[in-house]
Amino acid sequence: MTRSTSAPPNLPVRLAAIAVAVGGLAAAFGYAAGWFSPQRLTPARLVDTLEQNFGVHPAYRRNHAKGLCVVGHFQSNGAGSEVSRAALFARGSVPVVGRLAIPGGNPAGSDGAAPLRSLALRFLPEHGQEWRTAMNAAPVFVVNSVEGFYALQQASRPQADTGKPDPAKLAAFFQAHPETGAFREWAKTATPSSSYANSAYHGLHAFFLVDANGRERPVRWSVQPVAEYQPIAAQQRGDADFLAAELHQRLARGPLRWRLQLTLGEAYDPTHDATRAWPAHRRSIDAGELVIERAQAEQGGPCQDVNYDPLVLPDGIRASDDPLLSARSAAYSESFNRRTREQAALAAKEPQS
Amino acid sequence: MKARPAYFPLSLRILHWLMAPLVIAMLLIGVGMVASVSPRHAALVAIHKPLGAVLLVLVLLRLTVRLSQRVPALPGEIPAWQQRLAHASHCLLYALLILQPLVGWAMQSAGGYPVVLFEGLQLPALLAPSVWLHGVLRGAHGVIAYLLMASILLHLAAALFHGLIRRDGVLASMTGGRLPAAAPASPPGEG
Ligand code: HEM
Ligand code: HEM
Ligand code: HEM
Repeated sequence: MTRSTSAPPNLPVRLAAIAVAVGGLAAAFGYAAGWFSPQRLTPARLVDTLEQNFGVHPAYRRNHAKGLCVVGHFQSNGAGSEVSRAALFARGSVPVVGRLAIPGGNPAGSDGAAPLRSLALRFLPEHGQEWRTAMNAAPVFVVNSVEGFYALQQASRPQADTGKPDPAKLAAFFQAHPETGAFREWAKTATPSSSYANSAYHGLHAFFLVDANGRERPVRWSVQPVAEYQPIAAQQRGDADFLAAELHQRLARGPLRWRLQLTLGEAYDPTHDATRAWPAHRRSIDAGELVIERAQAEQGGPCQDVNYDPLVLPDGIRASDDPLLSARSAAYSESFNRRTREQAALAAKEPQS
Repeated sequence: MKARPAYFPLSLRILHWLMAPLVIAMLLIGVGMVASVSPRHAALVAIHKPLGAVLLVLVLLRLTVRLSQRVPALPGEIPAWQQRLAHASHCLLYALLILQPLVGWAMQSAGGYPVVLFEGLQLPALLAPSVWLHGVLRGAHGVIAYLLMASILLHLAAALFHGLIRRDGVLASMTGGRLPAAAPASPPGEG
């Protein structure tokens, strides 16, 4: 091969062109990574704000930190296959690994003071296509945007002296966020249940079910307890640790059951807003029974290393346009990465624990 | 030395220019999605996994073609140590391109996630769930990404240096354009 031995014409221009190309690509990378926008709300900042409110508790979830694992199965009656082609809705039994918890990032949080309970489920059909959902006892969520969630965490930061949020900041937050109205209305009248076993749990977000013909229908799901709801008793209110023991007592007498309800939305029912309930009397399909057979401590239990990411969906269930779904998926991954890294480090230090 | 072609074979040129924008896009998508909580996050993840799998297939195909074809030599005036460096940098690029999607797939498996490429298509798990391996691989996926980006920046600078400053036919050997001085030994498209 030959080459031009002389210096090329316009050498500075050529060098500048190279610098622009290389610098431009590097800048595009930095821009995508957010180097030039420190104000951008990122998964890391969301999880940081939870850590600021609740402290860092190595190896624990950054929210709903206190909980326990449950194991059982979903006995599908086949009714769900009318509206979804997901394998788990066909008649039959699917193993389930779940987690019951209370909200907040403190693993020593008080059961008696918890405003609600939560249930996360992982359905494991034989041939893949698993489904994960993390549900709350409240029928609507408090905010409908991730910015709202972040602002709520900021407004409810415990003050150094009292250990409680600043009421003025909270009031200002609620003033600025009228979408929180439905949740606050619910919280005013609702009394937490006396047990994990007699509470309903709501998926809250809308999703779409896709049937065998590809037809899509908006849906919200919940599980309704077969055990009768009982309000929390006065002496339980002062008890920081009764939910797990109470659950074990019930399980010693037999499995616990919930009915899985698929509530179908109609045209114009909002699918993007977890603070707005759908009108009552929407058609609801009873898809079968969730049966919980045993419970186990979270440490070393089968739910510990699970990220109940709401976007782990089987073919036959599709995400909606609710922006919280993407936000949750991003934040749960960040929380999962932090806590599993810490867990691995702790295990390396103390092989016996 | 046996005569070497002036151009990379057409198959390798197509693969190079197909993969180059896709790999750069994957790097931007990757760092963008882990720094985003908007609906863009989910949309980018939904592109990242299937596109990463496609790139794994493409790089394996490319390596197979590469090992079975003759490729141009660097111009003889380039000092031997620089030739070795150029060769090493290409080996590094290949290694990173093969490793990165495998690490992504393995890390998702170790994290206990189903590796769903799109509705209905799921890859088998490469590894059994392990928080320790998940942490190591998640760290590696980030480190490899930054190494890959740095190598690509150097690679781009070197390619443009050959094309604009030295004008020695190295850039043209991959673009297929006219070689600067000598008539091409084999016209583009024949490889
Ligand atoms: C943008 C809004 C939200 C953010 C940033 C957020 C954040 C988090 C985080 C960081 C975790 C810990 C995850 C882990 O380490 O595995 C978590 C757990 C949880 N969240 Fe959320 N969350 C949001 C909205 C919601 C909503 C709308 C619901 C109710 C449907 C919900 C229910 C739960 C439940 C049940 C858990 C515990 C899951 C488990 O037991 O593993 N969250 N949340
Ligand atoms: C050429 C191939 C690939 C490239 C260049 C690439 C690049 C990246 C980059 C730059 C990041 C952000 C890393 C960080 O900032 O720490 C990332 C994250 C990620 N990648 Fe890849 N990736 C590739 C293949 C894959 C594959 C095949 C999968 C899975 C099937 C995958 C799954 C992921 C996931 C899930 C994350 C986010 C993890 C989290 O939320 O913590 N990647 N990738
Ligand atoms: C962005 C602009 C790019 C330009 C101008 C460019 C240019 C070139 C040139 C001129 C060569 C031939 C070098 C030689 O003969 O020694 C080459 C080879 C190569 N390029 Fe690029 N490239 C670019 C981007 C990329 C990217 C993003 C990747 C990574 C995916 C990449 C991977 C490679 C590899 C692995 C080789 C070695 C080919 C082989 O020996 O089979 N290039 N490139």
